[in-house]
Amino acid sequence: MVQTAYNFKEVMSKPERLAPGHRMCAGCGGTITVRNVLRALKEGDKAVIGNATGCLEVSSYMYPYTAYEDSYIHNAFENAGATLSGVETAYNVLKKKGKIKDTYKFITFGGDGGTYDIGFQSLSGAMERGHDMVYVCYDNGAYMNTGTQRSSATPQFADTTTTPAGSVSAGKVQIRKDLAAIIAEHHVPYVGQTTFTSNFKDLYTKAQKAIYTPGAAFLNVMSPCPRGWGYETSELMNICKLAIDTCYWPLFEVIDGQWILSYEPKKKLPIEEFLKPQRRFRHLFKKENEELIGLFQEEVDRRWEELKNRCN
Amino acid sequence: MERIQDRINEQSPWEHITEGNKIFEAATAREFCTGEWRTSTPVFEREKCKQCLLCVPVCPDSSIPVSAGKRADFDYEHCKGCGICAKVCPFGAITMREGK
Amino acid sequence: MAIRERLSGNEAVAYAIKQINPDVMPAFPITPSTEIPQYVATYIANGEIDTEFIHVESEHSAMSATIGASAAGARALTATSSCGMALMWEELYVAASDRLPIVLALVNRALTGPININADHSDSMGARDSGWIQIYAESNQEVYDNFIQAFPIAEHEKVHLPVMICQDGFITSHGVENILLVEDDKVKAFVGEYEPEHYLLNPNEKMAVGPYAVSNYYMETKRAQRQAMLEARQVILDVAKKFEEMTGRHYAFFEEYRMEDAEYAVVIIGSAAGTCKAAIEHIRSTTGKKVGLVKIRVFRPFPEEELAKALAHVKAVAIMDRSEMFSATSGPLGAEVRAALYQAKSSVDTVNYFYGLGGRDITVADFEQVYENLEKMARTHEPVGMYGYIGLRSEQGKEV
Repeated sequence: MVQTAYNFKEVMSKPERLAPGHRMCAGCGGTITVRNVLRALKEGDKAVIGNATGCLEVSSYMYPYTAYEDSYIHNAFENAGATLSGVETAYNVLKKKGKIKDTYKFITFGGDGGTYDIGFQSLSGAMERGHDMVYVCYDNGAYMNTGTQRSSATPQFADTTTTPAGSVSAGKVQIRKDLAAIIAEHHVPYVGQTTFTSNFKDLYTKAQKAIYTPGAAFLNVMSPCPRGWGYETSELMNICKLAIDTCYWPLFEVIDGQWILSYEPKKKLPIEEFLKPQRRFRHLFKKENEELIGLFQEEVDRRWEELKNRCN
Repeated sequence: MERIQDRINEQSPWEHITEGNKIFEAATAREFCTGEWRTSTPVFEREKCKQCLLCVPVCPDSSIPVSAGKRADFDYEHCKGCGICAKVCPFGAITMREGK
Repeated sequence: MAIRERLSGNEAVAYAIKQINPDVMPAFPITPSTEIPQYVATYIANGEIDTEFIHVESEHSAMSATIGASAAGARALTATSSCGMALMWEELYVAASDRLPIVLALVNRALTGPININADHSDSMGARDSGWIQIYAESNQEVYDNFIQAFPIAEHEKVHLPVMICQDGFITSHGVENILLVEDDKVKAFVGEYEPEHYLLNPNEKMAVGPYAVSNYYMETKRAQRQAMLEARQVILDVAKKFEEMTGRHYAFFEEYRMEDAEYAVVIIGSAAGTCKAAIEHIRSTTGKKVGLVKIRVFRPFPEEELAKALAHVKAVAIMDRSEMFSATSGPLGAEVRAALYQAKSSVDTVNYFYGLGGRDITVADFEQVYENLEKMARTHEPVGMYGYIGLRSEQGKEV
């Protein structure tokens, strides 16, 4: 397992591997994920970046403009796992045959649509086969590329364009799928769940472990979407902090089957703090919906306790 | 340096389209100016900056260049003006100004 | 010296794969192509080849991983049939538009529903517009020979298109026939080492593949893709010529059988051509009637002008489709052949029949009936049994 001390200034001085000029929205959390995951690559190492169709793909490789400093492949929406497993296998063969000398790493990005839903089977296959690759989900909790339709990563009660809050609807009916746990049950050597913290140590070290642990690894990164969630773009880091401190988005990792909690807030904040700044939960603060916040809180508490038990 | 848009652009004849729409170089997106999208603009006050670099990782547009452990002024060619950097600066060294 | 063997069509393809020793093969089992990945897995298990097999969880992932491997710079292939190919559908288009020289061993099988595991061409014919080169075979020998020619066509610098090598499920895939195999070293030399110019793992260059392209680029991209298909015509002939120099076996866009003086012709694809040939021999020897056959080998790119020329002197043509396309008129081959004849300003009488759907037998007697119908059509200039199903049970009696 990779264990190096985290020197923030040194890390921030590493060369950018995601170039500007991509067409993601102002304030997009997805590209913050990509930049900071790719930063964990060693400078001398080459990489092939994969990508499921989604906001990131249509914005970061619009012909003829690629935003990547590394080789890049997008194939389709539902097959980022399978596509990169083909690339990784090709690398192994060509290396064995002496046609390639350099060290390459394989990292693929998918939104929650391409990862939790349409690409779930392809991801599961790639993880089960144990390709030496990292699948990174930039989880913004809905199909944002097509305009905020619900996904299985969308939290309960969120107002989306296919689960709109209305006079007889309080938004999405179902609770979120716990994808990180599902991938951990594939018994891959590394699974990490993270988001953005002020010095990015949690994301960086998890990305580093995911990339440099031999075998299949999965990273689930909550990547807020200002348009889909309905908050001011500048508020992104505050939203992330609230997600962590309310235990809505716990930070943890699973290393060789061992669950490790990365952070426990000194004071667990009530879930309202996370919900309030977001337009997608605005309807929960109407008088008639007050008990729904209680239900949301119960679900957060239940999952938090379950996670803590796993980590003990 | 030769730019990709001089070779391939929306007026290119079909014979100039690269095979399978593949591009054989890295980071050509740099040529595309997203700075025009801005409706508000971060202003960097160098004298207030303590070079803590907390603004660097939060930029979705890789528009805060760093060299030798120090940040430089914004890359206004690409900065979209989201304002995340201004919010995270502990020293008030970044302020948002209306307009481009 | 060529090697004399007795192999099924699946064994023949697997043997060709062994001789080629490609880099990566992702595959998912489906009847009747399952044996191909099984044989390859056995070669790998016994250390006979150094191909990497990817045990994908679906055909969609099989083609996705093949695309990834090919883009990365590996010689990559897969095998499938029917619903397996249907599940790959989107990926067939990606492979072609990314201009990747992938080879697919397709064992033709009817598309569902109802589920049916036997031969017809509904799988590959449905994919005829996906941008793949399609090459069909009558016999085990032909599918083996076609397979050896596939990579040299696909990887040619003027082509860079994926190639589908098709054979009829069970009829050739499981039928064991005498076959002449080419020696290993000759196959290796013929196919050559794969040295792509552009690939993801190229140490000297970064590459990006699979962009979003706006309308201003899309149409130009398709035109460029079309050019590759046009260039493929000559390349297919050149590779066939080289193959003939090596083996003495001649290949072209199609085979003309007893066409030199033919007045009545059948146009057909695949294994049923053998049955048709038997009918031709029987008719010619018993009646002296001048009957012939054009067996299409290359369906994509379609040999429009050459075919019209081959049919220029006949009085009537029966175009035989082994798949429905529910246009409520013709089958896919019927539409292509009649378009070719129209464009050549031919006034030959044509009729389009469907046969062999879901593995239904077609017999020598059926073909004799077809030639009888053609003779009648040449007299009356009225098609007999247009779009009829050969061998169909009907309350009204036979359709054809």
